[in-house]
Amino acid sequence: MEILGLLGDGMLIALQPLNLLLIFVGVTVGLFIGAMPGLGSVNGVAILLPITFLVPPSGAIIFLAAIYYGAMYGGAISSVTLGIPGASTAVATTFDGRPLAMKGRASLALVTAAIASFIGGSVANIIFTGFAPVLASVALSFGPPEIFALMLLAFATFVGLGGEDIPKTVLSICLGLVLGAIGFDQISGAPRLVLFDINAFLQGIGFLVLAIGVYGIGEMLWTIEQTRGEVENNTPKMTARGMMSDAGEAIREGWKGTAIGSFLGFFVGILPAAGATPASLMSYGVAKMTSRKPEQFGRGSVDGIAAPEAANNSASTGSMLPMLTLGIPGSPTTAILLGGMVIWGLVPGPRLFVDESEFVWGLIGSFYISNMAALFINLAFIPVFIWMLRMPFTILAPMIFVLSIVGGYAATRDMFDIWLILFFGFGALVLRRLDYPLAPAVLAIVLGPIAEPTLRQSLLLSSGDPMIFFNRPVAGPITIIAIILILLPALKLFRRKKPTTAVGE
Amino acid sequence: MRYGEILTAGVLALFSIYLMVKSAELPIGFIRGQGPGGGAWPFWLSGIMLICCAMIALNWWRRTSPPSQSDEPFFDNHGWRTIGLVGGGLIAFIGLIEIISMYGAIAVFLFYYLWFLGRHSLALSLILSLATPLLFFFFFEGLMRITMPTGMSFTDPVFDFLYDIIY
Repeated sequence: MEILGLLGDGMLIALQPLNLLLIFVGVTVGLFIGAMPGLGSVNGVAILLPITFLVPPSGAIIFLAAIYYGAMYGGAISSVTLGIPGASTAVATTFDGRPLAMKGRASLALVTAAIASFIGGSVANIIFTGFAPVLASVALSFGPPEIFALMLLAFATFVGLGGEDIPKTVLSICLGLVLGAIGFDQISGAPRLVLFDINAFLQGIGFLVLAIGVYGIGEMLWTIEQTRGEVENNTPKMTARGMMSDAGEAIREGWKGTAIGSFLGFFVGILPAAGATPASLMSYGVAKMTSRKPEQFGRGSVDGIAAPEAANNSASTGSMLPMLTLGIPGSPTTAILLGGMVIWGLVPGPRLFVDESEFVWGLIGSFYISNMAALFINLAFIPVFIWMLRMPFTILAPMIFVLSIVGGYAATRDMFDIWLILFFGFGALVLRRLDYPLAPAVLAIVLGPIAEPTLRQSLLLSSGDPMIFFNRPVAGPITIIAIILILLPALKLFRRKKPTTAVGE
Repeated sequence: MRYGEILTAGVLALFSIYLMVKSAELPIGFIRGQGPGGGAWPFWLSGIMLICCAMIALNWWRRTSPPSQSDEPFFDNHGWRTIGLVGGGLIAFIGLIEIISMYGAIAVFLFYYLWFLGRHSLALSLILSLATPLLFFFFFEGLMRITMPTGMSFTDPVFDFLYDIIY
């Protein structure tokens, strides 16, 4: 009851006129920043951090948290409408969001994303409110072996996502992992895989470079080549009744994915090294594995949109937990929020809940209000995004090319990366023509830089004994499940059954 | 398509070997007290890639994968022409960025695509080609404070004028 009282007080703080205004402005700005390929919550929060010094600390963090929320909702918009995952957290949304949009059901995809995000955020808020201190200690017990086991589990779900041709799927995963290893060795700091001795490779290949190349340039070239540039525009006009009907369908068809994403997303989100990206990918994989219609995934499954969207929102809230309770940021965005709190004179950690109770509960209250505001603002803007899709393809296509290049440059500020985007775009076109699944490569380049250091740190801890992944109480079961999941498709090689569809292809 | 399959597998196999050689510039084994060497992760992954290429080649020889059974060309004439026109436009777009600025290159590319490839009217092509880079300028430079390439010095007067508006 005490918690409810504190939460009530926090909501009253969040509902103060200035804070409410900050929530609405923050969510709207975040929505558009998140919808822009190449820009994500981290850009929005970093760029607008100086503005927050004009308002009190509680208003400032509420504003930044609202941007964070808005950007998480916005990430789905470019995934669905343009087919480009604007941020790594929205990669999995592209797999089913884009195919659904191509079928003329973009509004269903966007409404599903909005509702799943809302439910994911709400579930996370409730868990956060009730169990913050307990969960913080659970998160702290996750060391490198546990995080690596979790990454292994995520990779295991990719093998199942690839489709029928296992060698091509495994090759795609390994290619993504190797590309993610280019630059510097994270442990020793030595230059590694500087391809053709081109110094620009020292900075590595970012996730966005590959994702924009594959999904922005490659996807458009593929569509233009396949359709001869004469794409039929089958996106219907958006009506209020249509949106209500879509909302009903989203809840009916996507409840399972939403539930999986909400809980799994929060759990993965609270882990310091993980965050919203692995959370959304794992939720997608688990949703497919547990679905009665797994063959629908990759073709426009509602569950395939609901699971990652619920997860990335839930994980965003989850990643606030170690930041507030332990002072450990769970994602780049929360790292900036942490920096902001320090500048405002607040010390994150266990004492924060006692010493700055009003601030903490005001922030938690604002999570609820921001989540609600994000849902309504997002739904209100869906007709605008649908209108965009109704443009003739000969206008939409060059706009997507331009957004890909500009978004790619905005993210890395390096012309070399723009040429790489183009190279990956042409490469994706060739590989896709030959039935190589490309989604696993994109997923691998995201998770590889987390997996490798944790593997090596674990082996360092155990003096090279791989049993460290099996004999720890949390890492052990996760590793075993991951290995079983990896072996299942291998068995499929010998016992060929009915074909499945490659995800995101 | 059949030849495309084996040719691509061959190129990927060569790339895998190159990656293995490159990875071996750092230790690829286990170093006592330090764990796996810095090159181990990419080396063994590249090794798995090489094995996968061999399996793809085997499937090609056994004609078990769909592309290995296909007699259709990789791209037909129209496909090559379309990819050439769009891809060539993209190469020119990126090449122009450092000469006439990001915004100038956007305008040229949009005009080329809308007017030449899209067959839209001259008025619509011009309006969209000029309005889009302006909108992007105010969003990225004004709102997001992200500076895009401004090209060679002859574009300075234009940017001086635009920067005066936002600063």
